[in-house]
Amino acid sequence: MTDMPIDLDVYNELKDATGDDFAAELVSTFLEEAPGMIESLKEAVGVSDADGYRRAAHSIKSNANTFGATTLAELAKAVELGDLPASDDLSDAVRLEAALDEAASALQALIDG
Amino acid sequence: MADGPGRLLIVDDNKVNRLLLSRNAELLGHDASVAENGRIAMQMLERESFDLVLLDIEMPEMDGFQVLEALKEQPRLRDIPVIVTSSVEGLDNIVRCIELGAEDYLPKPVNRTLLRARVSSGLEKKRLRDEQKRLLERFATTEVAQDLEESGFAIGGKRTHASVLFCDIRDFTSLSEHLDPEATIDLLNSFYSSMFEAVTRNNGIVSLMLGDGLMALFGVPQPIENTAQSAVSAAQDMHNMIDELNAERAQGGAAGLRIGVGIATGAVVAGYAGTDNRATYTCIGSTVNLAARLEAETKPTGSATLVDQKTLDLLDGEFTYRTYSGIELKGFSEALNIHAVAGKVHS
Repeated sequence: MTDMPIDLDVYNELKDATGDDFAAELVSTFLEEAPGMIESLKEAVGVSDADGYRRAAHSIKSNANTFGATTLAELAKAVELGDLPASDDLSDAVRLEAALDEAASALQALIDG
Repeated sequence: MADGPGRLLIVDDNKVNRLLLSRNAELLGHDASVAENGRIAMQMLERESFDLVLLDIEMPEMDGFQVLEALKEQPRLRDIPVIVTSSVEGLDNIVRCIELGAEDYLPKPVNRTLLRARVSSGLEKKRLRDEQKRLLERFATTEVAQDLEESGFAIGGKRTHASVLFCDIRDFTSLSEHLDPEATIDLLNSFYSSMFEAVTRNNGIVSLMLGDGLMALFGVPQPIENTAQSAVSAAQDMHNMIDELNAERAQGGAAGLRIGVGIATGAVVAGYAGTDNRATYTCIGSTVNLAARLEAETKPTGSATLVDQKTLDLLDGEFTYRTYSGIELKGFSEALNIHAVAGKVHS
């Protein structure tokens, strides 16, 4: 385990395979889409929608794996496999949001760099 | 050939996944279309033709499992290879995909080398299946091909109800004695193409071609509303088409053709007869024998179309006819009433 939010091997492989421009475009798409996924997750908690909750976590996990955001992916997987929390318990969602913010800044830095 | 471009449909609710899979498909030289969920994917599959589907499992509205089930229901879509690309958790979910007919499972993020190999083998399978379908349609009628696709192939018959039609060119042997072999084949080809059209137009199938005649079935393998009416309409069309053919031939100074048609209706056993290696869709039973005898009887009675009592009963008085009572036919112990059907009753 590393403290880096992004596994550079994974990210570089993505860049090599699909092209620098495309990888950057894909990161931008993820950064645009991710807040909506957290929003769906929170909404699903509020209305006790177990399917929606699992699906939102699943989506975050899937994309996190694509970019090598290992910490975020593991957290999202735990949420996907975990039980739906009580409708006022957003602690998992908040934790996931924090991990996402961290991964997002690192990814942004990678495409800016 | 295996690496030729294919039309891929990528089904994923996640935009990043859709973009990435499309990019990978395009880098592999394929055309990629995308759908955001299973419902949209099914609409696209019904409208357009695709060679392969890359399918996500977790999706709103209609998930991947439901898509696999829906594809299986539709003969036209059943053979499209589906590769499930998902990061769904649990071996049981992967097993379920394979059991529902998925060709393969690729975990996300998808490894490009694996994707290339699986897509190319899926496309090759699709090509072989398409080729098989084309061959089947060439050597069997569309209805039989459809029946084979829907129910699979098994030697053996089932009891059902049908109208059987026999049609034969009268005095073909003496006619062909005056023609060279090429002209004879030409004549037979014009004859057959007209007769096939008459049968097909009336929802029948040609099950046998017999030298200068044919046997057609109405009501098998797919049931039709009134088998007797369809068969008699086909006979009318046959006679009309022969009249047209004769008019053309007369212009070239050639002799005209005469055909006789016999139709019987009743219980038959229909199915695939032969061996596992070579079989034909056919029909047996006394109804078939009767139709053949009726056809033979058109010559001594000088009729165009002869039908049995059951066929006549189903015509609901729509056609004019003349009855020959107490006719003894070879192979039938009782004398029968048979009917020469002429034109439609004009109302």
